[in-house]
Amino acid sequence: MAHLESVKPTSAPAGGPPGDPVVAMDDISISFGAVRALDGVSVRLYPGEVHALMGENGAGKSTLIKALTGVYGIDSGTVTVEGRQVRLASPSAAQEAGISTVYQEVNLCTNLTVAENMMLGREPRFLGAINTRAMNRRARATLDRLGLDVDPASTLGDHPIAVQQLVAIARAVDVDAKVLILDEPTSSLDADEVEKLFTVMRRLRAAGVAIVFVSHFLDQIFEITDRMTILRNGRLVGERMTADLTQLELVQLMIGRELEVLEKLERELDAEDAGPASSEPVLRAVGLGRKGSLLATDLEVRPGEVVGLAGLLGSGRTELARLLFGADTSDTGTLEVSGRRTRLRAPRQAIDRKVAFLSENRRSEGVIGDLSVADNMLLALQATRGWLRPIPSATRRRLVDEYIEALDIRPADPDALMRNLSGGNQQKVLLARWLITEPDLLILDEPTRGIDVGAKAQIQQLVADLARRGLGVVFISAELEEVLRLSDRVVTMRDRRKIDERSNVDVAVGDVLEIIAGDARAEEVGARA
Amino acid sequence: MSTQTRPAPGGATTPAPRTAPSTPAAGSRPGRWWHALRTYRPSAQLVPLLATLALFLGMLQVGGLRYEGFTSSQVILNLLTDNAFLVVLAVGMTFVILTGGIDLSVGSVVALSTMVAAWTLQDGWSPYAAIAATLTVGTVLGLLTGLVIHHFDVQPFIATLAGMFLARGLCYLISVESIPIRDDTFFFLASEPIPIALAPWQGGVVIGLLGLGMLAALVRRRSLRSALVPVLVGLGVGMWVTLLLMGDPALTTTYSVVIALATVAVAVLVLHRTRFGRTVYAIGGSEASALLMGLRVGLVKVGVYAVSGFCASLGGLLFAFYMLSGYSLHAVGMELDAIAAVVIGGTLLAGGRGLVVGSLLGVLVLGTIQTFISFDGTLSSWWTKIVIGALVLVFVVMQRVLTRRQP
Ligand SMILES: Nc1ncnc2c1ncn2[C@@H]1O[C@H](COP(=O)(O)OP(=O)(O)OP(=O)(O)O)[C@@H](O)[C@H]1O
Ligand SMILES: [Mg+2]
Repeated sequence: MAHLESVKPTSAPAGGPPGDPVVAMDDISISFGAVRALDGVSVRLYPGEVHALMGENGAGKSTLIKALTGVYGIDSGTVTVEGRQVRLASPSAAQEAGISTVYQEVNLCTNLTVAENMMLGREPRFLGAINTRAMNRRARATLDRLGLDVDPASTLGDHPIAVQQLVAIARAVDVDAKVLILDEPTSSLDADEVEKLFTVMRRLRAAGVAIVFVSHFLDQIFEITDRMTILRNGRLVGERMTADLTQLELVQLMIGRELEVLEKLERELDAEDAGPASSEPVLRAVGLGRKGSLLATDLEVRPGEVVGLAGLLGSGRTELARLLFGADTSDTGTLEVSGRRTRLRAPRQAIDRKVAFLSENRRSEGVIGDLSVADNMLLALQATRGWLRPIPSATRRRLVDEYIEALDIRPADPDALMRNLSGGNQQKVLLARWLITEPDLLILDEPTRGIDVGAKAQIQQLVADLARRGLGVVFISAELEEVLRLSDRVVTMRDRRKIDERSNVDVAVGDVLEIIAGDARAEEVGARA
Repeated sequence: MSTQTRPAPGGATTPAPRTAPSTPAAGSRPGRWWHALRTYRPSAQLVPLLATLALFLGMLQVGGLRYEGFTSSQVILNLLTDNAFLVVLAVGMTFVILTGGIDLSVGSVVALSTMVAAWTLQDGWSPYAAIAATLTVGTVLGLLTGLVIHHFDVQPFIATLAGMFLARGLCYLISVESIPIRDDTFFFLASEPIPIALAPWQGGVVIGLLGLGMLAALVRRRSLRSALVPVLVGLGVGMWVTLLLMGDPALTTTYSVVIALATVAVAVLVLHRTRFGRTVYAIGGSEASALLMGLRVGLVKVGVYAVSGFCASLGGLLFAFYMLSGYSLHAVGMELDAIAAVVIGGTLLAGGRGLVVGSLLGVLVLGTIQTFISFDGTLSSWWTKIVIGALVLVFVVMQRVLTRRQP
């Protein structure tokens, strides 16, 4: 239902590919109340290119995408699709105009089947009745192309978040779209899945689809994209060919200053001597396991030590974390926290024993969208104190301001509603929620997911600082480099059990990949990473 | 909707085997079946349904042991005859609850429908015109409620509460007295007995067809593990019903029951085979996601209240057949019975999960409780309420536990 207003020819800007753009957004501005999320931003998308939208957390990338797909109304500016100025009023109008989107948070229905999530709205039908078998068959074919081996008839909610993300991607690539938008599609994927996604993207690019790709992984940006538009604080910084930039230049364009933090961190971490004080472990798990999710696993974490969990998706790293926190209950093994034997049956008990857990699933297990940033931050602390002893308001303000500052949360407004924050900033608030409780053991599952390069370095720095002050940390990330940079000890998981543990003295990414892959696939994977 | 090869919670991902893992028993046929039975894990949607079915059959069993004639074919069939209107109401309510909404107006709309029917008949309308008018009034009321809920973003609870008062008030506007219905067509629809007893050979044919159908269903399924138990249960229930129908050669039912069962059948088709129906489930799962997926959320949200309004007025007509009068004080609190039936039938109040067939079972459970009371004679009728209350509580708690177990 694209409402056509007038025909307006658009000319290709200097430096762009030849031909006319499929989509041109000119001078777009959007405000949410007092917040000016976009201020005169222009983007052009050409057929057959992968176009990156770059910018820090809160720069306005997702907002720009939602403006294009009709989720948000535009205050001023024009959208031109194939030479025609249009006003796309809703996501379905955008779909009809040939724009297919994967939004930043996985926006699917966990109560429906995988196939339904992929096909809903365009199911194969016979006389108005959905043909479930044909639907499952078509879903199967698309999933195969992505190399994803899940049963189309299984319920989506039974799958981990990474699979859900892949299903969302499958939904978007299933249609013959002119424009494919991927807002941080790779945030919870492993190298293998990313590579499969890239294969599909390359094929679509060759077929003339214009692809928008958002990611905070610079390696991925440089691998797959042709051109990019850079935003900062809702303003356009510029349009560049990827090949003309170095990573450093790009980062400077994004944050508008030199990135010293990262280098400083590298230096500090390198200088630091590995091997923490060999005191009593803050956590000791012996033979911890749970039927169907984790085989008996031993793990020890000492104060001041960062233990990194490496392993592919589904290797059991998240499952182990959940058992350590009592988010799932174990059937076998014992757990000691600070020397005391405990059986964790509920997160509540873990929190009482000063264990904190940042879940990988921020949307369903963390963010409370209708509460303010301050409330979201203080939730866990309040829970440890019990609801009858409210936190004095002066303390509240001090803590919240401190962490907004420390994690550079934007907007720096404690009263902003959580759901209005950008994805990366929500992640920072959740991290703050657990740091505020001053735990003895901090379990971080993908803490830097969706966080921009600058902030990622800050968070890594923070974790390193906390460990230096005596905190035990369990650190999980799909990004191996990050695990290796931070951990004192690396535990590698595969097939739901621990297969290796070594202290992190000169462990290289390749070594871990080799362990993960066994021997046969080591070279293949190593070559890719 | 059955799930095939459910992966372990939070588990099996990329390199997951597509078929059930092979086991020592996988070779031999009976071994495979036994394995499929043993490892069967019903989907979260089916657990409450199976529980309700077990509850229903168990209650019949207990009643049969305690009271003479409790499990006679006619008594069991009367569960449907006496509650046909409630079945239709519960079907409409299921649509609404599946989207995460609620419709408190249906009881009043039932009363209004009996009034509209009685009043138009009294006025000399043809019975068909009266029926059409009644259905139109209910559907339009539902549609309006839906529009208010969607376009002004009003809580369904509030909007339908307003509808409840409005419809009840409209009844009094028509008449404060009860209006008798003396129309021949209504009389015919209300009490004409339809013989439905099956001769032994007919029963044999039905059971044979059932068996073949279920076998076909098994063959079409790729995963034996997820299909076997539902198919066996379906076969068992089908055979039980057939035996019931063979049990008494004088067995009769009414058109109300036919209409109610047809409504259930249509609802099942709409919910599972149409885009409208799947969108109902999608909205219940996550409305924001459904919107971003480009589904017609507005249309469907308004639509379910229209469906509920239609069902309420159809239920009202069945109630008018049953009572043969229109009265403002008919069906007071019936919306709560409908909600209770839906909940006992296993539909999640938060939406997104549940089956119409469950709601049918829920109504049968409520009906069985009433039959208990009337058979006993010493129990007073408020025991019905107590038992219903307890059951609703049990089922809501069970759902909570089930959803919490979700990874
Ligand atoms: N609905 C809303 N109401 C108010 N403010 C909003 C809303 N949506 C976004 N914002 C604000 O707009 C700005 C841009 O947010 P956006 O989500 O586009 O960032 P982003 O570039 O996608 O960041 P990230 O990398 O973290 O995903 C942020 O400051 C955010 O707080
Ligand atoms: Mg974003």
